[in-house]
Amino acid sequence: MEVAGLIFSNIHNSSIPELTGVRTMASVPFGCRYRLVDFPLSNMVNSGITKIGIITHNNYQSLMDHIGTGKDWDLARRSGGIKILPPFITTDGVNKGRLYTSRLEALMGVTNFISRCTEDYLVLSDCDGICNLDLSKVIDSHIENGADVTIVTRKVSTESMDIAETSKVVTADDEGRIRDIVSYIPGEVADEISTNIMVINRMFLLNVISDAGAHGYTDFYHDIIAARAKKAKFYRYLYEGIYIQVTSLVSYFQNSMKLLDPAVRNGIFGTEKTPVYTKLRNSAPTRYTKDAKVVNSYVADGCVIEGTVENSILFRGVQVGKGTVIKNSILLQDTFTGNNVTLNCVITDKNVVVRDGRMLSGHESMPFFIPKGSMV
Amino acid sequence: MLRKKECVAMLLAGGQGSRLYALTEKNAKPAVAFGGKYRIIDFTLSNCVNSGIDTVGVLTQYQPLVLNDYIGNGLPWDLDRAYGGVKILPPYQGKNGADWYKGTANAIYQNLQFINRYDPDYVLILSGDHIYKMDYAKMLDYHKKMNADCTIAVIDVPLEEASRFGIMSVDEEGKIFKFSEKPKNPDSTLASMGIYIFSKDVLARYLTEDAQNPSSSNDFGKNIIPNMLQAKERMYAYPFSGYWKDVGTISSLWEANMDLLGEKPALCMNDEDWRIYSRHKAHSPQFVGADAKIENSSITEGCEIHGTVKNSVLGAGVEVQQGAVVEDAVIMEKVVIGENARVTYAIVDEEAWIGKGTSIGKSKNEAAGITVIGAGIRVPDGTVVEDDKMISGIADLTQKEEA
Repeated sequence: MEVAGLIFSNIHNSSIPELTGVRTMASVPFGCRYRLVDFPLSNMVNSGITKIGIITHNNYQSLMDHIGTGKDWDLARRSGGIKILPPFITTDGVNKGRLYTSRLEALMGVTNFISRCTEDYLVLSDCDGICNLDLSKVIDSHIENGADVTIVTRKVSTESMDIAETSKVVTADDEGRIRDIVSYIPGEVADEISTNIMVINRMFLLNVISDAGAHGYTDFYHDIIAARAKKAKFYRYLYEGIYIQVTSLVSYFQNSMKLLDPAVRNGIFGTEKTPVYTKLRNSAPTRYTKDAKVVNSYVADGCVIEGTVENSILFRGVQVGKGTVIKNSILLQDTFTGNNVTLNCVITDKNVVVRDGRMLSGHESMPFFIPKGSMV
Repeated sequence: MLRKKECVAMLLAGGQGSRLYALTEKNAKPAVAFGGKYRIIDFTLSNCVNSGIDTVGVLTQYQPLVLNDYIGNGLPWDLDRAYGGVKILPPYQGKNGADWYKGTANAIYQNLQFINRYDPDYVLILSGDHIYKMDYAKMLDYHKKMNADCTIAVIDVPLEEASRFGIMSVDEEGKIFKFSEKPKNPDSTLASMGIYIFSKDVLARYLTEDAQNPSSSNDFGKNIIPNMLQAKERMYAYPFSGYWKDVGTISSLWEANMDLLGEKPALCMNDEDWRIYSRHKAHSPQFVGADAKIENSSITEGCEIHGTVKNSVLGAGVEVQQGAVVEDAVIMEKVVIGENARVTYAIVDEEAWIGKGTSIGKSKNEAAGITVIGAGIRVPDGTVVEDDKMISGIADLTQKEEA
């Protein structure tokens, strides 16, 4: 395969500070048993990419733990496979002790990985977008167009809340060639925005990086794509499948709930041919006792349910006690709820304990968040 | 790296398991699915790993394809080791001809070469058809403490059931003085669990002698153990208490599955200290629909439940469509249960497809026995399959219709 992958694990950390305080955006749990990085990783693996670098910034312990050797994605390879690329901090020079702050600087920091690849193309992806995208189609279109960069875009409606403030609005001509890229201004009209998934010629990227270093460029879209749109061949690939972007805690909550809709669920978890891989945990199947009442919920393995669960998302190892009622909530891994607990519109982070008889409620527009390891 | 293993496990997985009928038609017994996301062999393999035994020879013979595929390089059990790990040992051709494994003892005898590669002091003999969680390290400690030549794990069974097992009579110290295979009038209730630890040199000596005896049936229970007893070797019984079930029959397999259910299940799989590992594919989480009713059941990832599931164990990727009822049943991986179908007191094997409005089996109280639907069988819409029926091919269904 002549394509390698690069994943940015931290770029959107600031959008959900509640969840990224203790982890990278890449390792934010989503959809009962996944972490956000599983989606770009699985898209790459399912498209035949077997060499993938993950660029990290800070807080990446949970990511290291999740990825392990990469065997759960079949990426524990002698040749290629998965490589975590920790931040490269120099001990001298102008950038001494400084971490990257932008996409372009992040790429500069992994110049070694990029230059040591032998592949002609690289696929770059962020972690805040969830989709089941066949990258081989993007790559084919990239090669067919003879493009330098092909950016995957999606259509948005202005009233959509799922446009991150950092989004880039793409304007392309009828052939799909990108004419301009500008920053999204909340409230203004946007039609098509970048998903930050792109195919890029490796040699082109290396030239760009060294040029950017020389000129002190820092903004990938502004200094590279927009500035060169007339000369270089930049194309867009419009993705029309299901796409979920997590832009805030509320968006995380509402988007997670979309998984209860079969169209969204099937669009993300796809067909048998493009499964989403994740770290296996060897949880036992979920046990429902005779008093369990579960409707319209998405449940992982390893749970024990003795109470009522409605319109909720339960991660692995969640325990729902007797007489407990969980509604419209997201309970992350190993959340324990005692007996006669009532939760509504609550997000519990990992290892939260809610003791007997507690009642907690948020609202769809303002879910109540309980941080990792808290006891209520 | 230490070029020696203290104890090597040999797992007898070649049995046909003929009393599981349709379930073992294309599949060796140890590879029969259990508890939603496991196969029977996962218990012994996980026990080995959890007990610190990282070298396991798996002796295969009958229909090994699924089993070989399942064990693979041993990765799910952490048995993909540079030295040791899990190794599949099929019968092979030698200089003086080829032999099938003629009996349990013969299977081990033919693989003494494998055992010797690791220069072990002890050999643990296991069978791949029991469901239990056991720390073999404790049994090995006992074996060493007693300075035994052979230690046999035993479990106390009710007297009325004792005649189904190999029964040991032991003295106060735990030393075995009598062994009787399936006795009519048992004089003890200590049943052999089919788990043996031998000191390697003693084992090698008895296996070699046994192999030279043409009238022997080359079996541990029938030949090796009685011969060693007769020769007054040091043989001890290691008492085990806890969950243990031979799942050699349809009804015991069904019962063992049901033991996973309840508020305090007899067989608990959520034990963090003694995990049972299994090889499983990437499935999405389980979805429970708005009209679903689930009661006292165990459900695995990848399931889509829109009907009613009661007192049942469902494997990965099972679909229960609207209006369907599953009760007192064991449903294995990727089975589809069509709209308004009824599956009661039954075992449905992997990838079977149950048509709309079908009725399988009778309620547990009325049924003469458990109905079994074999792997991959398509039961047409509206079919009625009576209780206590064994459907192992599509022919079984058409015959039914003519009659």
